Amino acid sequence: MKTSIVVDVAFWLLAVFAVYTGWRVFRTDSMVRASFFLLLSFIAVGVIMLLLSAVYLGVAMFFMMGVEMMVMALFMVMFMMNPAGLNPMMMVHQHRLSIGAGVASFVMLAAMALLAEFPRHPLPNDVQPVAALGNELMGESMLIFESAAVVLLATMIGVVVLSSQRGRFGSAEQGSMPPGLEPGGDPAGMPDEDEQAGGHHHCH
Amino acid sequence: MTLTTVLLLAAALIGIGVYGALSQQSFVMLMMGLELMLNGVMLAAIGFWAMSGAGAPEGQLLTILVMAVMAIEMAMGFALVVAVYRGKQADVTESIADLKG
Repeated sequence: MKTSIVVDVAFWLLAVFAVYTGWRVFRTDSMVRASFFLLLSFIAVGVIMLLLSAVYLGVAMFFMMGVEMMVMALFMVMFMMNPAGLNPMMMVHQHRLSIGAGVASFVMLAAMALLAEFPRHPLPNDVQPVAALGNELMGESMLIFESAAVVLLATMIGVVVLSSQRGRFGSAEQGSMPPGLEPGGDPAGMPDEDEQAGGHHHCH
Repeated sequence: MTLTTVLLLAAALIGIGVYGALSQQSFVMLMMGLELMLNGVMLAAIGFWAMSGAGAPEGQLLTILVMAVMAIEMAMGFALVVAVYRGKQADVTESIADLKG
């Protein structure tokens, strides 16, 4: 795979952009802004993947991260203090240790990238990345692909169990009762006692 | 663009992710740090696939698996945030000493 000067310039610009936006995620003072900075960082990496000929994965990255960061932004507004970023925000603990760990991991990985000798086997010119990936997923590595699907299914079930209000072992009518019209009042939208002839009624 | 520069970018993203995951008090910001780390891992895998692996399809497969891990991490993380918030009205890591409801 030959890279032209345009690709090189684009890579460097995107690399600087990805690192800058990734760093801004933890430095901005609005939650929603933080999630959009992370989205920008992911998009820059997705474009780099496109430059590296990983067409399918680069595009998948755009779609997946677009949706994921929207969910993230919603959660930010739902659960965090100072959601709109109206106050200056610095919510960190063990700050020095974290900076040290971050710098140490960067130095270690960068040293490996610089010092190690990696084999040079660039992409052949006739490679078709999407077709090759499809053949791999549906051929040799189908079992791995399917096990990932089963793990995702287990995740869905786990997520519902964890986030459900009743939990797995609530009582039968718990959570199925509409709230009262006034605090402590009768549930809304239920038929009156005398209209319900002979039926069982559990809303006390 | 060489394999070394791609790996350096991946290292920078992983380093920032480590900093974010360790330093942030909020659960959601902590997850953002994890995401950034996985982002770097995916980039490194694609770099190896394109420049060192002669386009062996397993490189892309590995990236798909990391993407699945990312989705799992997000989904379980958000579910845990919901569960912890419901149980303890807490959204910062200092507020919980254990994971018992």
